[in-house]
Amino acid sequence: MNPTQLAVAATSTGEAVQFWVLGTVAVLGGLGTVLIRRAVHSALCLAGTMIILAMFYLANGAYFLGVVQIVVYTGAVMMLFLFVLMLVGVSAADSLKETLKGQRWLAACCALGLGILLITGIGQASVGSFTGLGAANAGGNVPALAELLFTKYVVAFEVIGALLTVAAVGATLLTHRERVEKSKSQREQAEERVRAGKQLPPLPAPGVYARHNAVDRPGLLPDGTPAESSVSHTLRSRGQIREVSAEQMASLAALEQRTAEYHGQPSPRRGPAEPSRRAIERARPQDAGEEPADGDGGRDSEREEAAK
Amino acid sequence: MSPANYVYLAALLFTIGAAGVLLRRNAIVVFMCVELMLNAANLTLIAFSRMHGNLDGQIMAFFVMVVAAAEVVVGLAIIVMLYRSRHSASVDDANLMKL
Repeated sequence: MNPTQLAVAATSTGEAVQFWVLGTVAVLGGLGTVLIRRAVHSALCLAGTMIILAMFYLANGAYFLGVVQIVVYTGAVMMLFLFVLMLVGVSAADSLKETLKGQRWLAACCALGLGILLITGIGQASVGSFTGLGAANAGGNVPALAELLFTKYVVAFEVIGALLTVAAVGATLLTHRERVEKSKSQREQAEERVRAGKQLPPLPAPGVYARHNAVDRPGLLPDGTPAESSVSHTLRSRGQIREVSAEQMASLAALEQRTAEYHGQPSPRRGPAEPSRRAIERARPQDAGEEPADGDGGRDSEREEAAK
Repeated sequence: MSPANYVYLAALLFTIGAAGVLLRRNAIVVFMCVELMLNAANLTLIAFSRMHGNLDGQIMAFFVMVVAAAEVVVGLAIIVMLYRSRHSASVDDANLMKL
């Protein structure tokens, strides 16, 4: 008898230790599945319990089923559960409101009664010792299972194949949605856009020409105000937009004031953030002929102050 | 260790699963508890297979697994459909066969 057959026939101390350690974890996983409110955490607990059950299958000589348990249950079925959980909404935690009065306590009592019934039933039964699968698994677990499956249980096997096909078709049918209304053509979409009065040409580009070209700088309109539609809504709601117009207006106002002081004229009082058409026009040397001299004068006065 | 320990563990897991089916409202969690009960039944089948020294129990457990897979596929499709029509996965909201 080879060692694996021996391990299957007798219950060693090692197996007892394995049973008590893994059994405790399996029960905790089961309790977690029932008691944890978040559905994703429940699913993870259940996956843990299933992996431990796979180890018990392996310890009991069901080598093929142990692997199938991990591949099919933990791999496929639990992933399917998680897919549907994500589809349905993870945040949907169970409500704690009782719709039926006392239902929770009654359910707990029923479960306790069922547990007592099952466990006393097992206690009444005469469970002997393990015969062991040494003889049955002699030629390997998988060949022995296959021999049984394709001789004694071949009809059940065929029926179960049909069942799987029906289930696959049924699931496809249930989740399939027929499109009721016709999808809109490009022309219809364009007409709808015009009728709704939305912006028809492309949106203005971000950035101020020749100074900034980053997407977080709104483009400036001719009067110096920022164009709201030139930057993304996401950046605006995150508060990551750098407004250029305010600082530009402030520097222009400062320049104007210095120029006026240099000429000994009273300076026009202007708010630093207030955008004004005149300031913009003065900032453009090519638009007005006398302005460059003013600007140079301002810079000269600055240099004089620095020299002092 | 007595072979009955495996059966006791399976009974305990089955009871926990049944309690979950009765207690929880989220249809997906109820479904997961049904899966736990099926797995507990599989554990008894495999323990009995070893106890009696033949592989019929393992074949039964194999069939249970296949049926459970088919059941999960159809059940989750029904849950997705219910969620589409009612925007909730709670079993309390699905009190009518038709909207």
